[in-house]
Amino acid sequence: MIKLKKSLLTAALTFSVLTPVVGHSAELSNIYYGVQMEEFEYRYGEGGEELFAFDGDAFIGTDELKLRWEGSGELDLNVNRFESLSNQIALQTPISDFWDIKGGIRYSSPQGPDRWYAAVGLSGLAPQWMEVDTNLFLSEKGKLSADLDIEYEILLTNYLTLTPSANIEAAFSSDREIGVGSGINSVEAGLRLSYDVWDRILSPYVGVVYERKFGQTANFVEAEGESADIWYAVIGAKLMF
Amino acid sequence: MRISFMQKTCLGLAMAAGVALLPSLSVAKTYNLTVDKVMIYTGDFQKEGIGYNGKSPGPVLRFKEGEDVTINVTNNLDESTSIHWHGLILPFQMDGVPKISFPGIEPGETFTYKFPIVQSGTYWFHSHSGFQEPDGAYGSIVIEPEKRDPYRFDKDYVVQFTDAHPHSGKRILRNLKMSADYYNRQQQTIGDFFADVRENGFKATVDDRMAWGDMRMMPTDIEDVQGFTPLINGKGPEQNWTGLFEPKERIRLRFINSSAMTYFDVRIPGLKMTVVAADGNNVQPVTVDELRLGVAETYDVIVRPMDDKAYTIFGASMGRTAYARATLAPRQGMVAEIPEMTKAPLLTMADMGMDHGNMEGMDHSSMKDMDHSKMKRMDHSSMKEMDHSSMKGMDHSNMMGMEQDKDSFYANGSGLVPTAANGGKFLSYADLKAQKPLYEEREATREIELRLTGNMERYIWSINGVKYEDADPVVLQYGERVRFKFVNETMMTHPMHLHGMWSILDVGAGKWDPIKHTISVAPGTTVYSETEVDAPGQWAFHCHLSFHMDAGMFRKIVVEGGPTSASLNPSEQGELQ
Repeated sequence: MIKLKKSLLTAALTFSVLTPVVGHSAELSNIYYGVQMEEFEYRYGEGGEELFAFDGDAFIGTDELKLRWEGSGELDLNVNRFESLSNQIALQTPISDFWDIKGGIRYSSPQGPDRWYAAVGLSGLAPQWMEVDTNLFLSEKGKLSADLDIEYEILLTNYLTLTPSANIEAAFSSDREIGVGSGINSVEAGLRLSYDVWDRILSPYVGVVYERKFGQTANFVEAEGESADIWYAVIGAKLMF
Repeated sequence: MRISFMQKTCLGLAMAAGVALLPSLSVAKTYNLTVDKVMIYTGDFQKEGIGYNGKSPGPVLRFKEGEDVTINVTNNLDESTSIHWHGLILPFQMDGVPKISFPGIEPGETFTYKFPIVQSGTYWFHSHSGFQEPDGAYGSIVIEPEKRDPYRFDKDYVVQFTDAHPHSGKRILRNLKMSADYYNRQQQTIGDFFADVRENGFKATVDDRMAWGDMRMMPTDIEDVQGFTPLINGKGPEQNWTGLFEPKERIRLRFINSSAMTYFDVRIPGLKMTVVAADGNNVQPVTVDELRLGVAETYDVIVRPMDDKAYTIFGASMGRTAYARATLAPRQGMVAEIPEMTKAPLLTMADMGMDHGNMEGMDHSSMKDMDHSKMKRMDHSSMKEMDHSSMKGMDHSNMMGMEQDKDSFYANGSGLVPTAANGGKFLSYADLKAQKPLYEEREATREIELRLTGNMERYIWSINGVKYEDADPVVLQYGERVRFKFVNETMMTHPMHLHGMWSILDVGAGKWDPIKHTISVAPGTTVYSETEVDAPGQWAFHCHLSFHMDAGMFRKIVVEGGPTSASLNPSEQGELQ
């Protein structure tokens, strides 16, 4: 829980620094902000695993330059420790009609050793409405890794949405200390059915998530007595305000 | 609007003394307006908003052509405010745009507007500060002409539309910046996909979706901001504003669209409407079944119900997400049937400014009865290679030779072309002819191209690709006649409003071209208007969709030269107390 508090504190600090700017937004009306939780959910695994997971971001800035916080984590509720937890602060600016580049730092602080990373990334909307977010990381240990997030919304109605998503993590060299092998080391695929109950502020959902580790990473996980691939049933809510 | 007994008495005495015989001493009247926090009840929701003299909409200000008005505006809000007199010709310091005309009216202050009334007709007023206008700060202006109107009427009603939204304007823009489709609840669903597959076949439907998906645009993107309740004179459809009449009376309806974002297609089932004025200026009467009321526009129509029964004034929003409803009735409490809204339009590739070279080659006679399903079978795959830089839209001047029943103010093949619900006549800009030309006809001295541009996904709006905050003013010379060329490169319809000077809309009628203050430019089209630069000072020029304006589709216009220096000091015209 301390880790969670720490990450929330980081986020809170960032925003408290920025709120005076927002406070005067009567004059600076071209400064905007927003907070979004794409995932905020309870996961129940096929082997009785119970997790709380979140994946969200918040921004403040203008059309030309935004400061963006991105955070994600998985808290194992059975043993009350974070399997993964990361916070990223980056500056983001448009490079084309649909794409932004971003650069900043990421701090990864799950159970076990922590890592600082320099991060550069690309986020935007690909043709056919694919939301894409990808980052390249260089850790303090000099190791290079990358991730890729893709999401697509299928409108069953204008309020009921089916959202397939995929997240891929890869490393260019292994970092044994934090259990990362080289190559594609994990894939997470999700399918969530959400309903907008209150504007787009609150959209509860149910869904399934399949998580699979590969190669050395899978070996590391299995060495700890965990399974390298798990199905989860999830229940949660998308938040946006 | 309060006129004291003393003033009335003085006025009476002055009139009795024969002031009318002395044109140099024009009638002077004083009006008082307070800007207040008010509650707005729409029937669907209630919210705190902003109004005038304790109400939203504010009062009907009734002026007379030739009078000198003094309007004391007291700001009871805890933020700066302003009032812009939309469509009125006046000294620029009185125009009410903060940072362009004057500094604005701070909390607790009273600003005195003073200006002569040099025109007649239907206009309106609204705050030009922040999102006070979408939040309810608007009212109407009716100016009686010096001489009598060239048409007869027995009753006279203001019919003022707005699109009241449960969210504050500030929040709406923030949501749009966060997610441009935040308010679009008319997006194509999986159900629509299968319906289209049944109608048009699998391949055509997939091609259609791929073509739009490739551009990352939506054919349903007609109303950026949905979820509003349309009001007429402050009343929602259930609250049903009612205007009374006696059968056979001629009723003048002054339609005003004070919406933040919404166009309305207005009809009165069972009645023909004779359009007699547009944007305050008389036009040669044209009788129609339905008209499209663009944001910030006004139309005066005359209707003549012959029967002792109620009629519904029905205004469906252009995107068909909601409707406004009011009633004309012989007695209070009578109602007529509320019609169904016609099908929601879908944008087509023509609205995207698709290559018109190809379109020109098409057989126009066969396009008249073209339906959307046929459009969908068009080969969209060829669109992918389309060069976006060449998508300047279509040149209007080439279109004049087309059939009369095609509306040349929409792109050829546009999904937005309106049709009357009863199959009758729908008003087009091309039908508008000035009753009396206001200016000598002459060649424009130069042309200024204004490309209406934007990035829908980021909700950035601009002119010539530059947002207001980054743009230099447009500089005009006093005495010139400028021809503005509006090229709409976006998918949205933009009502462009020039402050302080008239826009003479080129409908191809020469000296009979109508005189307007707001010109609606449909997607994928090019529209021309000319302006006699006869008002010194600095003015605002912008898209009147509140959130487009705030997101950058705005310019400052500076008029150099002319009789300026004498009156540049605001304190000579109005005063802060």
